[in-house]
Amino acid sequence: MITTQRSSTGGGGLQSPRSPSSQPPYLSVSVTDPAKMGNGVQAYISYKVITKTNFPEYQGPEKIVIRRYTDFVWLRDRLFEKYKGIFIPPLPEKSTVEKFRFSAEFIEMRRQALDTFVNRIALHHELQQSEDLRTFLQADEQTMERARSQDTGIFKRKPSDLMQIFRDVQSKVSDVVLGKEKPVEETNPEYEKLKRYIFELEDHLAEAQKHAYRLVKRHRELGQSLADFGKAIKLLGACEGDALGTAFSELGAKSEMLSIKLQREAHHLLMNFEEPLKDYVRAVQSIKGTIAERANAFRQQVELAETIKLKEIDLNKFRLTRSEKMSEAEHEYEELKADSEEATKRFETIVRLMNEEIVRFQEQKTQDMGLAFHEFAKGQARLANGIADAWRSLLPKLEALSSS
Amino acid sequence: MAFEDELFEEAHLYASREEMESLVLHDDGNTNKSFTFNGRDDNQHHYSLSSPVTVAEIITSDDGDPLELLSSPNENLNSFDSFLEPPSYADAMFRSFDSDHGKQINGHGVVSTSVQSTGFDYLKISVMYPRKEQDVANSSVSGVNTYVTYLITTWTNLPEFNETVSVRRRFSDVVTLSDRLLDSYRGFFLPMRPDKSVVESQVMQKQEFVEQRRIAVEKYLRKLAAHPVIRRSEELRVFLQVQGKLPLVKTTDLASTMLDGAVKLPKQLFGESVIDPSEVVHPARGKDLLRIFKELRQSVTYGWGGTKAPLVEEDKEFMEKRMKLQDFELQLSNVSQQAESLVKAQQDIGETMGRLGLAFVKLTKFETEEAVFNSQKVRAEDMKSVVTSAVKASRLYRELNAQTIKHLDKLHDYLGEMLAVNSAYSDRSNAVLTVQTLESEVSTLNSRIEKLEAVAFKVFGGERSRIQKIEELKEAMRVTDDAKDCAVRVYERIKENNKSELERLDKERHDDFFGMLKGFIVNQAGYAEKMASAWETAANETSGYAQICSSK
Repeated sequence: MITTQRSSTGGGGLQSPRSPSSQPPYLSVSVTDPAKMGNGVQAYISYKVITKTNFPEYQGPEKIVIRRYTDFVWLRDRLFEKYKGIFIPPLPEKSTVEKFRFSAEFIEMRRQALDTFVNRIALHHELQQSEDLRTFLQADEQTMERARSQDTGIFKRKPSDLMQIFRDVQSKVSDVVLGKEKPVEETNPEYEKLKRYIFELEDHLAEAQKHAYRLVKRHRELGQSLADFGKAIKLLGACEGDALGTAFSELGAKSEMLSIKLQREAHHLLMNFEEPLKDYVRAVQSIKGTIAERANAFRQQVELAETIKLKEIDLNKFRLTRSEKMSEAEHEYEELKADSEEATKRFETIVRLMNEEIVRFQEQKTQDMGLAFHEFAKGQARLANGIADAWRSLLPKLEALSSS
Repeated sequence: MAFEDELFEEAHLYASREEMESLVLHDDGNTNKSFTFNGRDDNQHHYSLSSPVTVAEIITSDDGDPLELLSSPNENLNSFDSFLEPPSYADAMFRSFDSDHGKQINGHGVVSTSVQSTGFDYLKISVMYPRKEQDVANSSVSGVNTYVTYLITTWTNLPEFNETVSVRRRFSDVVTLSDRLLDSYRGFFLPMRPDKSVVESQVMQKQEFVEQRRIAVEKYLRKLAAHPVIRRSEELRVFLQVQGKLPLVKTTDLASTMLDGAVKLPKQLFGESVIDPSEVVHPARGKDLLRIFKELRQSVTYGWGGTKAPLVEEDKEFMEKRMKLQDFELQLSNVSQQAESLVKAQQDIGETMGRLGLAFVKLTKFETEEAVFNSQKVRAEDMKSVVTSAVKASRLYRELNAQTIKHLDKLHDYLGEMLAVNSAYSDRSNAVLTVQTLESEVSTLNSRIEKLEAVAFKVFGGERSRIQKIEELKEAMRVTDDAKDCAVRVYERIKENNKSELERLDKERHDDFFGMLKGFIVNQAGYAEKMASAWETAANETSGYAQICSSK
């Protein structure tokens, strides 16, 4: 849960022009209290979404609604549609493994990710003004359900669909349609560099995240083996008896205690290091979606420009021949010009937004990762100190026992 | 898991460390590294492990670490080697904690410190330079017989030895030594000799197998040298000192002894052979088929290991101790297993930490090269400090593990001891069995005599042959009785040996285990402190971020 402090530093409320109150504008959201609803295959988790705000468009200072994962997905998709060029915050994935769908850890990880998701939207100077966001944060469940069901079908384009389109752009199909041999792409070298960067970055991050996850598992495994070792040594101590037996028992007990520390650290590592890394990966994937949108917009612009050229030729032909088709052609020509201007404007908006977004993204990620690294290092130091203290504390006792 | 296996595991630990830690920041592709174990010696035990290394490299320059391999000098220094400082004085100080357990474990050239010295005498053994030899004289049908010999060198100030001597022995000589010791020192907790290993002759020649065997033989001989009684034995002295062929009686194989026994059997059945008292010193073996059958029958009557009858294992204290030892063995085995898991888990976490570091190294390099914004450069810097700590931690885990293996190895040693104990107790049981067999033999003979004597008063004629028979039986009974007395003496001796050995074992175990615990704990604590220090550095360098974001 992110406090009001952060929302003001994020510059969230500063651009909202209308607040009548003297208090600076704020929009703070938290996703809490996951609860299991329903039974069997239909079962799902619902979350409480609490909104605290003084934005005039919102009802009252506080509002609580109940939402489920698919509602979040709806919000993300709507924003993706409407705010092309902006890097929409990523969502946690759908769970593929049935077994873990309701595990406490998975639910907590998801809740945290959803909370981060909504807050990022709330803090983004453009996204926070979205009507869909308002619906999401305030509408009652029926309205929400209606809105959700309306958006299914062929008109709904998911980022994954766009990825496909993006790939198509690079395929020969569109070339054939346009009658060209090479794909229609921007020739902006800086942008090329950015695209390459994003794609490579995803690979590097994915690898780092994979190892981070494994490290969590290793902590757990080490914890488990320490517990088993401790237990076995205690049994051996019972067998031995006397001073040696006591020494073994003490060692065993310490070992078991350290096992608990390790499990705790494993959890901390997961939530404060691995998850931020995963979040980073998702964010990069989201950017790929935006890249696809831009490519799309570019292609449209180019196609329209081509079409207009052809239309111009036709028009001139008609002008020369004084054909009756001329007025119709002129009319079409005007329409096309308008469309073309629209397409160009759309494209240019995307470019502009992306340029702003990338700066913001890099800065945000440095902050996020800086914190993650700090937590990682802090956690490891804490664990190591705990281990050292525990073992050292045994030494005087051991000395005493060995000499007895 | 045998000690040899652990050594090999350790070799692979080193291998993967080499792989991990020699990382270079240019995309050179593959580097092959070959390096020597314990390179300070001029032994030729090379392990060339070709570990293809890709992408990033960080060279470590650790030369204070006694376990460190002396790898080839680092030519590819770059800015990243500032990640890892050379070991500080603190490192050297720390290592002195483990000095008593810190001796090299790859034995060649480095002598054993496991000496049971009663004062100033020492007996140090090393086994080196395996060499292929050919036995042309006894060539089998398939061709020339090849085998491996080892150079066994002894340094000692014990009076019955020459001060320094080297002999060449082959593995079957070791087997012979072991068998002769088993014969002579019944009731003692004798170290288990290395396995014979039923493998193809092709495998026998392989360097890995030969090396494993060399290590095993060395360990075995050192254990013998460490035993206060065995180290003074004639058998060991002869083995270590006498040049040329080993002058100990070889144990012939079972098949031929069975054949010999089969020849003797008819005579025994007809009551013609006389039991030689000296033979009763040993449990019935190959040659004496009849006795084998008798003892078998006897043990079946009384149940395996169970005792009843005249010479009851009245030593209740012994039985209690025996059960306690069995319980101990069970728990020890359990602990040993868990120790292995612990070591594996430590190894895994170290490896994963290292790979995580590697992944971030790549990421750092990437961000630095592709940096368009300042925020990227800052991020790369942050990453660097975490990478440093992670790689350090990874190395520390590996060192920790190598030490842990050494300490917890004591557990494996004592599992081996338990085998020796069981063997010694078997000796005792067998001795009891022998005594009982002979006793029952005596009583059988006695009842036959009584029967014959009783008959005298009823039947006439055939008197002379009956008297003769009685005389023969009386003679047999007298001899058997003597043998029985002899067997009782043997049994008593074995009992004494058991007792003194048990006392020795208890004391040694007490000392060894306390040492192990202390070593283990100091090790764990020490390395944890070093890791904490490494991580604290990174935590401090990134502490700015903690202040920006309020706590969650």
